[in-house]
Amino acid sequence: MPIQYYIYLSLVLFSIGIIGVLTRRNAIIVFMCIELMLNSVNLLLVAFSKMHLAFATANDKLATTVGTDGQLFVFFIMVVAAAEVSVGLAIIVMLYRNTHSVDINFLNRLKN
Amino acid sequence: MSKLVYLIPLFPLLGFLINGLGRKNLSKSMIGIVGSGAVLASFVVSVLVFLDVKTNGASVVPLFPFIDVKGLVIPFAFQVDQLSSLFLLIITGIGFLIHLYSTAYMHEEENQHYGRYFAYLNLFVFSMLLLILGSNYVIMFIGWEGVGLCSYLLIGYWFKNNDYNYAAKKAFIMNRIGDLGFLLAVFWLIFKLGTATYTDVFSAASLAKLSAFDITTITTLLFVGAMGKSAQIPLYTWLPDAMAGPTPVSALIHAATMVTAGIYMIARSNILYTMAPGTQTLVAIVGLATAIFAATIALKQNDIKKVLAYSTVSQLGYMFLGLGVGAYTGAVFHVMTHAFFKALLFLGAGSVIHAMHHEQDIRKMGGLKKHLPITHITFLLACLAIAGIPPFSGFFSKDEILMAAYAKSPLYYYVGLGGALMTAFYMFRLYTLTFLGGFRGTHDQEHHLHESPAAMTIPLVVLAILSVVGGLVGIPELFAKDAHSLEHFLAPIFAGSTAIAEHHHLEASQEWILLGVSTALIIAVILYAVNSFKKYQANGSENSGVAKLLENKWYVDELYNTVIVNPLHLLAGFFKNIIEKNLIDGAVNGVGRLVGYGSRQLRLIQSGQVGNYLIIMVLAIVVFILIWFNDLTIVYYLTRLFKMA
Amino acid sequence: MNTTEILFFFLSALAIFSAIMVLISKNPIHSVLWLVAVFFAISGHYILLNAQFLAIVNMIVYAGAIMVLFLFVVMLMNLNAETEPQKNLWMKLAGVISGGCLLMVLVSLVRQATDLNAKKAMTTTGDIGLIKNLGKLLFSEYVVPFEITSVLFLSAMIGAIVIGKKE
Repeated sequence: MPIQYYIYLSLVLFSIGIIGVLTRRNAIIVFMCIELMLNSVNLLLVAFSKMHLAFATANDKLATTVGTDGQLFVFFIMVVAAAEVSVGLAIIVMLYRNTHSVDINFLNRLKN
Repeated sequence: MSKLVYLIPLFPLLGFLINGLGRKNLSKSMIGIVGSGAVLASFVVSVLVFLDVKTNGASVVPLFPFIDVKGLVIPFAFQVDQLSSLFLLIITGIGFLIHLYSTAYMHEEENQHYGRYFAYLNLFVFSMLLLILGSNYVIMFIGWEGVGLCSYLLIGYWFKNNDYNYAAKKAFIMNRIGDLGFLLAVFWLIFKLGTATYTDVFSAASLAKLSAFDITTITTLLFVGAMGKSAQIPLYTWLPDAMAGPTPVSALIHAATMVTAGIYMIARSNILYTMAPGTQTLVAIVGLATAIFAATIALKQNDIKKVLAYSTVSQLGYMFLGLGVGAYTGAVFHVMTHAFFKALLFLGAGSVIHAMHHEQDIRKMGGLKKHLPITHITFLLACLAIAGIPPFSGFFSKDEILMAAYAKSPLYYYVGLGGALMTAFYMFRLYTLTFLGGFRGTHDQEHHLHESPAAMTIPLVVLAILSVVGGLVGIPELFAKDAHSLEHFLAPIFAGSTAIAEHHHLEASQEWILLGVSTALIIAVILYAVNSFKKYQANGSENSGVAKLLENKWYVDELYNTVIVNPLHLLAGFFKNIIEKNLIDGAVNGVGRLVGYGSRQLRLIQSGQVGNYLIIMVLAIVVFILIWFNDLTIVYYLTRLFKMA
Repeated sequence: MNTTEILFFFLSALAIFSAIMVLISKNPIHSVLWLVAVFFAISGHYILLNAQFLAIVNMIVYAGAIMVLFLFVVMLMNLNAETEPQKNLWMKLAGVISGGCLLMVLVSLVRQATDLNAKKAMTTTGDIGLIKNLGKLLFSEYVVPFEITSVLFLSAMIGAIVIGKKE
């Protein structure tokens, strides 16, 4: 697969995530869109790792572990995302408990 | 000996520092000893320097480099020559007597004000000595400004009285106008010659570099400076107002120091003036006009100090007349004799005022002869000296100037003689009203009349002796051949001018006639004045006509107020109320309001909605990417992208 | 067009469609479910790239654990299409335009990078994505970051409890 296909796919998914963040008011949906953006980046990392592997093996048959780092990186991103989600959802729950809403427009304490 | 000349200004400076810093701790007697002692020490050194100069001639004593930049070197050096050593003697000698007198006169002051007074007085003497001793115009200017400052401080010494403060301000501002002229002249000199040192400026090589226009401009500007400092028309009005200061201060400012600065400066620059006949004529005319003008005002003044003040202005006019007609020696001679008898007059007036408990109106005095014998005798001698009765000092110096004026133009002589007659009249009017006749004050005052203490009478006696015999250093050739020792002494200073100037010599018979006639006229005027004021009684009637004009000093102050001060006030008011309030404040506040308005509008962007912030963030990222990859390629691909779509 | 390509385009279309549905569905529960579909599609991509370990982890952690957590929260709050807050049309339009601009600029950047043209990602072959290879590296070179993630989890757990605790 040409690497550009993966890049375009990732860009589209990432932009959809951004548009979601910009257009939705529901905090949970916004959070989900952030997860979507994370995943598009993950996909791109894996695709790049395989691209480097393909490039390396084409030149040197023995270089079979090139690109492993990229996939491990994705692994770590998933780990961090899981932690982030647990804390983020806790915050949203607390927000809901205080305001009885998940509307981010109520989070306008930055004003004044 | 000349090496020690730096001690002369150093002593008063030390006195100033000690008295100024310790005025709250030192006792009055200590302050008096320090203040007078400093000037006395200067006087002793001055005498030594004078004797040294008399035998060894002039020298320049460099102390340290003052300004040393590319193309301009101004050393801090002292000029020790015949002219400066003579002035040193006058300043420190009379200065000391005035200090001594002040210790008694100012004794009623509070301790710290007493210290302040002596500190100012010493600073004044220091500035004046710096002015005299400086070997270039820049050092002279330092002293020049110093005396201006000190005169401000001393005139406004009783700063609780607002009128006195105004008088001090007036003196300062008038002086500043003159100082500007002086400063411009110095700049001009430095610009043209690259030096301000006397010996360099007055060398033949430098003078050759100056065009006639340069010399005329420089001398005129210097003369403007002298006008301010030496109280000539039109900048003389500060001097009568300066009587606000304590009487010894008046004596110091108007007799020995400040006002003679202008004379000294022109005498110092005599070669330049001799080379500029136009300016010389201007100096002579201004001097003569001042002499007459001030004398007319003095005729009708009733304040003892005001009479003396206008008399000073008038006498200064004579000195400038002398300078203007090329009689530099005569002018310096008159400075000297005038210092003697005017200091004596002021100190005598101070003694009278002291006895009268600060009453200054001569209409309320009279008959003080028997109460103040020493003051009376010395005052009478001073009056005779200033009136020009032979053989008192004033006769010789005034005669020398008037003779030189006659040689230049008889018209100068006649006008000058008129002034001299008026001088005799108003001085003896003053004398008669004060000392003769019956006492016209209150009984309380009469009861308390007393002769002043020794510290005040000793200076009077010393000055009286000087006033009587001071003229003997300048006996004209008419009386005795080669008896004019002052002229011989000062000859090196004025050598350059004497070489250039044309000499008019009067016939001896002509001189005898002029002298005889003038003396006879003066004596007649004196007798008339004494007779007409002997039986004076205050009748309370208003003066009218010319007398009223004179009493009100020709309304010059009012004229200045109308012509200069009030328009300036109006202009200032216009700028303050219209230009500043509307234009400047408007602009400044407008900028403030604009920013405030803009901020209020911009604040609406900060809605606090996270979503809005995010949109802006995303757009900013887009912009940043566009900026970072600011290639034509990005445009190219964007157009292709649109074509594709 | 071989099988790999067909699968790639199918999975891509599925991912993009599901992602769009996440955006436009009114009911939050539908959004969550559509997002699960996106994650499954991405897992499919991982398998296509022969990254088997990540595909499984993605499915278990993301599609399984995380999305179920989301679902729980949504249901806990009893959110539905009626309670869903809506932005006004202009704000939505502004958001879409901003996102579109970003996409356009990024795409043009990628098109500019000509040295990517010849590069290909190795699909179906290449065994670096196998659990054996990743495990070796994870427990040798990356053992310290790996252990640190456990600390991260601990702190996240404590944080979640502290935040979620009443009062």
